Amino acid sequence: MSTLAEARSAASPEARHEARTTPFTRTLHTEWIKFRSLRSTWYTLAGLALAGLGITALGMGSVGAEYAGLTDAERLDWDPTSQSLTTYLVAQLIIGVLGILVVTSEYATGLIQTSLAATPRRHRLLAAKAVLVTVVAAVAGQTLMFASFFLGQAMLGTQGVPNASISDPGVLSAVVGGGVYLAAISLLALALGVILRATAGALATLVAIIFLIPGFAGLLPGWLGWLLDFWPTLGAAEVLATVPDPDYPAPWLNLAGMCLGVAATLAVAFVLFRRRDV
Amino acid sequence: MNLLSSGPVRTHRIDVRGLTKKYGPATVVDNLSFTVEPGHVTGFLGPNGAGKSTTMKMILGLAAPTQGSATIGGLHYHDLPVPLVHVGALLDAGAVHGSRTAHDHLLALAASNGLPAGRVGAVLERTGLTSVARKHAGEFSLGMRQRLGIAAALLGDPGVLIFDEPVNGLDPEGIRWIRGFMRSLAREGRAVLVSSHLMSEMAQTADHLVVIGRGRLIADTSMTDFMAANSEGTSLVRCSEPAVFARMLTAAGATVRDGLESSLVVAGLTGAEIGRLAAYNDIVLSELAPQQASLEDAFMELTKDSLEYLGATS
Repeated sequence: MSTLAEARSAASPEARHEARTTPFTRTLHTEWIKFRSLRSTWYTLAGLALAGLGITALGMGSVGAEYAGLTDAERLDWDPTSQSLTTYLVAQLIIGVLGILVVTSEYATGLIQTSLAATPRRHRLLAAKAVLVTVVAAVAGQTLMFASFFLGQAMLGTQGVPNASISDPGVLSAVVGGGVYLAAISLLALALGVILRATAGALATLVAIIFLIPGFAGLLPGWLGWLLDFWPTLGAAEVLATVPDPDYPAPWLNLAGMCLGVAATLAVAFVLFRRRDV
Repeated sequence: MNLLSSGPVRTHRIDVRGLTKKYGPATVVDNLSFTVEPGHVTGFLGPNGAGKSTTMKMILGLAAPTQGSATIGGLHYHDLPVPLVHVGALLDAGAVHGSRTAHDHLLALAASNGLPAGRVGAVLERTGLTSVARKHAGEFSLGMRQRLGIAAALLGDPGVLIFDEPVNGLDPEGIRWIRGFMRSLAREGRAVLVSSHLMSEMAQTADHLVVIGRGRLIADTSMTDFMAANSEGTSLVRCSEPAVFARMLTAAGATVRDGLESSLVVAGLTGAEIGRLAAYNDIVLSELAPQQASLEDAFMELTKDSLEYLGATS
């Protein structure tokens, strides 16, 4: 260490660093370093792009033949935008895994103790994780939605099937809605990770929420039916459609309802994260 | 020599006052009070399950006390504005993500407290990990992970260091390194709290002992006092002519019995008296050591009740 460096670090680190950064940006920076320094992060994101676009390519490849077999009435409901975005079904699972692991990998290794010793303000640590996960999911999810839309429409075009342009009514709203939806799912996954503190438990719960419950929606008692309007994969995913469904005249309200549910889950996560011993 | 610190070490003491932790009906830590002073290695001893780790977690704010308090320089841990410059802790050497490099692990920690990135290189250097800094922590041996954990604890150049069973599972070389390391940290003026369930481990490292059993304080004493009170002046002696020296010792009032490998176990005389007797008679001593076994016995005796209690309830 040089003499100058010695002289500088002799000054109080508190004074020097608090002047330059706020505690929250320091915690956020830490979470970013942790996130980017794992190869699994980049494998997961690569997997998201590959699976996401792969499903779009496979799905759109055979749509031309399907369209030819439709009746005129069915053709009225033809929604090329929604068709090209169905890849969200799988994307939400991959993005969910990313959100879960940001928390549960620390519990699995015991690193959570080190993290909390370095950042004893627990709400700050969790807020930084939430911001990081939301930003990553929003950027990755939104990119995937746009890419999937353009890829899907191009493939429809080559098959001579009616396709959408991004400037058509409702299209941009659907594509952007897909990105928002995926970001919200990532936060839900993060909250589940905090509440359950284990990868397997959180992932099983997420799969139940996004796949199993929608699959068995018909078995739900009638008085709980309103929940389905805001449920992931069900009502909340109507935002991806451009041909309005009479049951969902304002799909953004359905998505907002899901976001409220995510916020409530996250609130529970914050309370538990603060109160539990680690 | 202080390789790590570039300025004066910020010294604090740890004050544990009436600390109590209950999990349901079980009281894991029971009205525990002690102080960890700067410049000393304080050994925190107790059988497995005595509440050592829980106490350390409460000091670090990782577990909430049911009653009482633990403060560092008068502040609760979560009120320390930049905790890593005051307290460094190693609770579990396995607590690193296996696919993150040592360098990145430390860099993330440094960033969380706004420490300059240069600190990462400094602590890697001091713990001898520079050459493996870019390796994934998952490829590390247990000894290297312990070093990485210690490097993390040293990042903020803290005045207080807390190590939970740091020598567990280490090879002799690693144990020796950690012992020397803790001594040097204390010499630099830091307060060092080290837990162990092995008395013999502490005998060679600690200046002060806090012994607990069943979550309760059993002893809070300096190592010298503990030795004087519990080793009953028993010494192990090796010399050139054991038979001759044994007769001299007996004549001087000591009780002598034969130890292993032609050594003598001497009671009733202090080490200094034995040494003087040997010098006076031109006997060459090759070893003169307080009996560690009796220290271990003393510890067992002290903690026997708590062990029996645990055995009966679990």
